[in-house]
Amino acid sequence: MSAHPAAGPVAPEDARIADKPALRRFHQASWDEKLIFELGSPGERGVLVPEVDPEITEALGGTVGLPAGLCRQTPPALPEIGQQQVLRHYLRLSQETLGADLNVDVGQGTCTMKYSPKVNDRFVTDERIAGLHPLQDESTVQGALEILHRLEGLLKEVSGMDRVSLQPGAGSAAIYANVAMIRGYFADRGEAETRDEIITTIFSHPSNAACAKTAGFKVITLHPDADGYPDIEALRAAVGPRTAALLITNPEDTGIYNPRIAEFVEIVHAAGGLAAYDQANANGILGITRAREAGFDLCHFNLHKTFSTPHACGGPAAGACGVTEALAPYLPRPTVEYDAESGRYWLDDDRPHSVGKIRPHHGVVPNLVRAYAWIMSLGAEGLREVAETAVLNNNYLLHKVKQIRGVSVPYAAGRPRVEQVRYSWEQLGADTGIHSEQIGVRAADFGTHYWTSHHPYLVPEPMTLEPTESYSRADLDEYAAILAEVAREAYEDPETVRTAPHRSTIHRVRPEALDDPAVWSPSWRTYRRKVLGT
Amino acid sequence: MRIGLVVNPVAGLGGRVGLGGSDGTDVQRRAVELGAVPCAGSRSAAALAELACRTRDFELFTAAGAMGEESASAAGLSARVVYRPRPGDTGPRDTVEAVRALGAAVDLLLFAGGDGTARDVLDADAGTPVLGIPTGVKMHSAVFAVNPRAAGEIAAGWVLDPGRPEVRPAEVMDRDEAALREGRLSSRLYGWLSVPYVPVRVQQRKAGSTGAAPEAVGGIAAELASRAAPEDVLVLGPGTTTQAVAAALGAEIPLTGVTALVRADCGCGCADGCCSCRGLRPRAPDLAPAPPLHLNPQGHETALCGCVVAGRAVPRAPEGVPFGQPSSYRLLSSHLTSDQLLALATHHPLLLALSPIGGQGFLLGRGNQQISPEILRTLAPGKLLVLATEAKLAALHSRPLLIDTGDDDLDAELSGYVKVLTGRGRTALYRLSH
Repeated sequence: MSAHPAAGPVAPEDARIADKPALRRFHQASWDEKLIFELGSPGERGVLVPEVDPEITEALGGTVGLPAGLCRQTPPALPEIGQQQVLRHYLRLSQETLGADLNVDVGQGTCTMKYSPKVNDRFVTDERIAGLHPLQDESTVQGALEILHRLEGLLKEVSGMDRVSLQPGAGSAAIYANVAMIRGYFADRGEAETRDEIITTIFSHPSNAACAKTAGFKVITLHPDADGYPDIEALRAAVGPRTAALLITNPEDTGIYNPRIAEFVEIVHAAGGLAAYDQANANGILGITRAREAGFDLCHFNLHKTFSTPHACGGPAAGACGVTEALAPYLPRPTVEYDAESGRYWLDDDRPHSVGKIRPHHGVVPNLVRAYAWIMSLGAEGLREVAETAVLNNNYLLHKVKQIRGVSVPYAAGRPRVEQVRYSWEQLGADTGIHSEQIGVRAADFGTHYWTSHHPYLVPEPMTLEPTESYSRADLDEYAAILAEVAREAYEDPETVRTAPHRSTIHRVRPEALDDPAVWSPSWRTYRRKVLGT
Repeated sequence: MRIGLVVNPVAGLGGRVGLGGSDGTDVQRRAVELGAVPCAGSRSAAALAELACRTRDFELFTAAGAMGEESASAAGLSARVVYRPRPGDTGPRDTVEAVRALGAAVDLLLFAGGDGTARDVLDADAGTPVLGIPTGVKMHSAVFAVNPRAAGEIAAGWVLDPGRPEVRPAEVMDRDEAALREGRLSSRLYGWLSVPYVPVRVQQRKAGSTGAAPEAVGGIAAELASRAAPEDVLVLGPGTTTQAVAAALGAEIPLTGVTALVRADCGCGCADGCCSCRGLRPRAPDLAPAPPLHLNPQGHETALCGCVVAGRAVPRAPEGVPFGQPSSYRLLSSHLTSDQLLALATHHPLLLALSPIGGQGFLLGRGNQQISPEILRTLAPGKLLVLATEAKLAALHSRPLLIDTGDDDLDAELSGYVKVLTGRGRTALYRLSH
């Protein structure tokens, strides 16, 4: 589970190291690398496909290749480049990033950046998984279906729910599936028109509001009470005959666990609505609390971060949505079923109340295999240990960070946090004029970084850290030391912070490349059109 | 414990009559001509009454007459007068001299006024902790209690538990008139006063505009339009947000003051008689037609909808504007006084849309006193809408929205949770406090 020993008692010599972690001398690689489309030359190839052997042509009766009607009129506009150049190109690019496997990635709060065991990659690149086609007859993919069925069983146990769909391709897709099921549930009761409001909270996973809106619901957002907890009185004021559901994260993105979550669910149920538990922040509660016991009707997991596969920012995603028996008819189809009599697994596509497909076929199977392997390697006790270690690491880092000048921990004063903390540099900002974004950028000069917060910033000058179970005490000490050093610079040498980064590949990313639709270029074709003007 | 009180008797005069402030004798004279009634004295008395009902363990020092003595008397308190203004109308110099006279004699000085008065207190440089009783119009400064009763409550806390609350420097701000001339609503910092800080009971300063992102404003405007009945006169409070929303609805309005909009097109394509088509008919058959409110540039009386009353040709309604969509509103009248709003409310259903002051959270009672308790009581249920971008709400950092209409019962009635329109089909449930 963990690459290094987690936080805990240390020997005196270790403590000495922990007290004075050396700041790393770091400079990011800079290759001034062109885009791959700008490399190579016409006719250059990575793979030379040999001519068809005459014996094969003869055996096929003289016909080789696709019929003319199935062939493109013009060849695809692909880079023309050799294998070594391709390998070098991507290695160089990889050195110009701060990937999850390269830095102490505790700063990507809410994203649950944890170690993804490399052995799981071997499973999914195995021919028996990588070689499958989604349209194969189910009789030929019994092993894959068995893994999916078993994974559903494991997630049912983790969540307490009656059925789980693995079809969503990401956390947001799973939330959307839940919202679609809520809509289907009320449509069957003749309440689709009247129950058109979904309630969420401002510190919940923003995908809740986004998915509800995408599905056509009106969204009511609750702001926190003075202590930072979801405001239960606001919920009472919000619910009514138009309430379709509450979509809520717990712990929220502040890392604060809502101890009255069951009451929240009861209030919504009393108004005739459903309650869906967003478990994007499940890493600190695995094996400790379950959605079912809090009374939820639906829940979802981000399998791609909580359950081993790297977060979607660094790789493809996978989501799972769990429901009670009452919602099970609305699950995406097909579901994976098991016939005990024949001992065969089969796909049930005959589900008239289903919300349909959330994505084609059976979900992102490689990530589902990773999740299955990860859970099986840990067992029930291991899952709980993951959560406990993540919470311990988080509160250890909290203890270290709150000693840094200029930092504060808004809300729920003196209370521990679950798996992450949203800190505030408000005092440092007031004292020095340095903003949180600038501190995060300066941290890149020490080989790491952090993320501030979703917008809008409810916590002023925010910083969100989530250390997960993967990081050692030395990692956390190093990270805290970097923050302390940048804070010291902000007070004593603010210009160094203001003009950072100084040791990165690119000094400053042009914000319009991210924000301006007239400039942003997600493909070579749009880059040529928008930037190069060709 | 010695408490001082200085009242600027003319503070707030311009509020209900839509003058945006009360500084300067010309503005004050104009306010009185428009029917303004002084309120600083009575609000100061309310603060003192709150103080007195919590403790009597203090001595009160004040200035003569309307500068404090009358308020003390109205609150049933005796006070030692240590400053007497010159005969005639009082001015900033009287405030400065009164503060200097009282400053050395008291432990906490209460002053009643607005941002202009706060600047006078700053100029006096008395060195004594102060607390503003909010009786002005704008009050962008962070030196005021959230309402007069809160001022009395904080002063009582000061008397009962010296040393608590903590005294902090708080910003004295005033509207940046140069920025306003450039079309920006902004505040200028003049300095700091030492103020007893009690979270939620002492107001925050107005923050700079959080910006009105076009996508957010467009969504708010569309939601607002969807909630407006065809016959509603849309009344917008001042501010950057409401101005941007009005622009998204197709109307150019000023940053300050209270503005009324009507639908630009009823959608029927009529060439005449558009008053009735636009729904600008009286709400009940026994009411007279809407009275003309102002003169058009040619000097003709115009009706609420802008049609010329005296038999002149009525302009054809613009074509091709989708009914109920943004860009379907136009300006009816701006800088409305409370009396004009009442007249409007008498004959037409109003839909009132306000946006809180950024960083401060005041929805009513700061810079929009024209929207009086009388007008608020005429509104039908659901006809008071609150508009804010999510960024603006976030900038309150979980502090509640605030109201200070001057009518405690109404403030209590309106308090609770309000739905704030943050986008198309999106609302935030937010605390409204008094």
